Amino acid sequence: MSSPRESLLEVRGLGVDYEGRAAVDEVSFEIAPGEVLGLVGESGSGKSTLARALLRLVPVVRGTVSWRGTDLLRIQGAALRRRRRDLQMVFQDPLASLDPRLTVGETLAEPLEIFEPQLGRQARAKRVAEMLERVGLPAAVAGRYPHEFSGGQCQRIGIARAMLPQPQLLVCDEPVSSLDVSIQGQIVNLLSDLQRDLKTAMLFISHNLAVVRHLSDRVMVMYGGRIVETATREDLFAAPLHPYTRALLAAVPDPAAALHASGDPRERARIANEAEARGGCAYRGRCELAQAVCEQAVPVLEPLAAEHAVACHRRAELVYSCRR
Amino acid sequence: MSATAPQPEQPALRIDGLKVRYGTGRRGADGASLAAVRDVSLQVSAGECLGIVGESGSGKSQVFLAALGLLASNARIEGSVRFDGEELLGLPAAALNRTRGAKVSMVFQDPMTSLTPHMRIGAQLAEMRVHHASATWREAERRALEMLERVRVPDAPRRMRAYPHELSGGMRQRVMIAMSLMCEPRLVIADEPTSALDVTVQAQILALLRDVRAQFGTSIVLISHDLGVVAGIAERIVVMYSGRVVESAPMRELLRTPRHPYTALLTECAPSLHRARLDRMPCLKGQPPDPTEPEIGCAFAPRCPRVSDRCREQRPPLTRIDELSQVACHHPHAT
Repeated sequence: MSSPRESLLEVRGLGVDYEGRAAVDEVSFEIAPGEVLGLVGESGSGKSTLARALLRLVPVVRGTVSWRGTDLLRIQGAALRRRRRDLQMVFQDPLASLDPRLTVGETLAEPLEIFEPQLGRQARAKRVAEMLERVGLPAAVAGRYPHEFSGGQCQRIGIARAMLPQPQLLVCDEPVSSLDVSIQGQIVNLLSDLQRDLKTAMLFISHNLAVVRHLSDRVMVMYGGRIVETATREDLFAAPLHPYTRALLAAVPDPAAALHASGDPRERARIANEAEARGGCAYRGRCELAQAVCEQAVPVLEPLAAEHAVACHRRAELVYSCRR
Repeated sequence: MSATAPQPEQPALRIDGLKVRYGTGRRGADGASLAAVRDVSLQVSAGECLGIVGESGSGKSQVFLAALGLLASNARIEGSVRFDGEELLGLPAAALNRTRGAKVSMVFQDPMTSLTPHMRIGAQLAEMRVHHASATWREAERRALEMLERVRVPDAPRRMRAYPHELSGGMRQRVMIAMSLMCEPRLVIADEPTSALDVTVQAQILALLRDVRAQFGTSIVLISHDLGVVAGIAERIVVMYSGRVVESAPMRELLRTPRHPYTALLTECAPSLHRARLDRMPCLKGQPPDPTEPEIGCAFAPRCPRVSDRCREQRPPLTRIDELSQVACHHPHAT
């Protein structure tokens, strides 16, 4: 989809291979400044690989990634390091992503030492203290070590580290999925506040749809290394099109649903057959709508409405069944 | 799911006054210990599916690990755990092994670390039956194949020869469930069995646990931090906080009219696509209490919206509301 908006990040035909097999294939999208793009998919769908490819942490074999017009895949050395300041990442495992031998203050000072070497010690300490308070931790925790904190607190520290260089794009890879549901909201609300106040664009990766719905302006759904659906938040949750997106939405465990369910909720998604042959639609083995055509060609992501695109051979039926 | 009410008079598992403490290293220092389980009594009826809900550190896993004698040797355990009337605490390992695996089995969160990496799936499953039910290998392998088919592992004969790393996470969890059923146990304890899985696979595994119960009449204990996961399968839910039971009630009653403010907050925090999107995502503020600190008053008081002076001074006892419900709160919601 082409958009008249200015884009911060523009990805075209991106592909990443692992052992000769495409982990990410034909992925194209944009992120506008200040926009939150949600990325949903199951493990193995390629969503984390995509995030890593954007940050040049895994080699890209096909396609382009441009950042405000410059080719992010071609820059090297000092230019790449400078650019990294603009793209920061928050990881899934909050404790494992912090160095156990460094105090919180040392961990947080590091990005400033690298990206703003002109800052004096005191100025750095001040910035660290301000950021700690901003993420809801007392400045005094700077002298403590990661193991002294709970998972939620470690994730606050991880977010503080990512935000200190004042990035323009924050890539969050499953930032709440290792936390208790009761405190996931704390971290989601913190990210939402930071995003609103600092206008940082975000690529928010999660398999938790309630969390994605909360934060995202737009949502992309990935399956088998490709984008299978992309839509605004409202459209995706109100009128999901791709059979996989529908299965995902139906599978979210929900106390409200448990109360209203009469008898057993059906098992909505079919069991994936891992012996899937190559070629064709990757979802066809689990798809209720699969036909012969789905084995023959990979469906292309095509727009069905403004800002709503889907990759499915049975797109006509999808729209129809969606309108009921 | 049948509508039969749990029968508290015939519990399969009965836990009374269970306490688990750990010494925190300082040898000889009195009172320096961590209370993982402060005082828990609960029962699981024959054929019942009981959900145990609580945050990390609430002691929900510790209760069942202690019950099965699976805790580290520095754990100090008090109380009573009876299975089919037989006391399990203090039982020598050989005697305990006649119950563990055979009558009670456990499914853990991470199926990769629970499976032996260098053994084929079929042999791991069969071994259960050879060890616990003195079956021959031939008979046990036949049984293993049947179980894999029962838990709907596609292409089961081929999977018998696979190694754990060759399977996806969801498939490994199916294998774990098949393994837990090898000796037709009376009770399966599933500790966060879907937390490492994606939502569609999670739904499949929960459906499988429901099937297992229907097919084999097995009692199931499902432990999770996510009330939404538990609500989809449990008939009765026990909510734990800081090593104690704070509320227990039949599932629908607990969700509709939670009496304890902690339960009420947990229901609000459970991710839901059925509710309207709010400006702020609901969550619990603050942290659970430090398990090394002595308990004064209600453990939930610092995070509680209904807190009063009384809560800070006096711990509310777990009080029976009716035959199936209990709550530990000075200011429970009237229903």
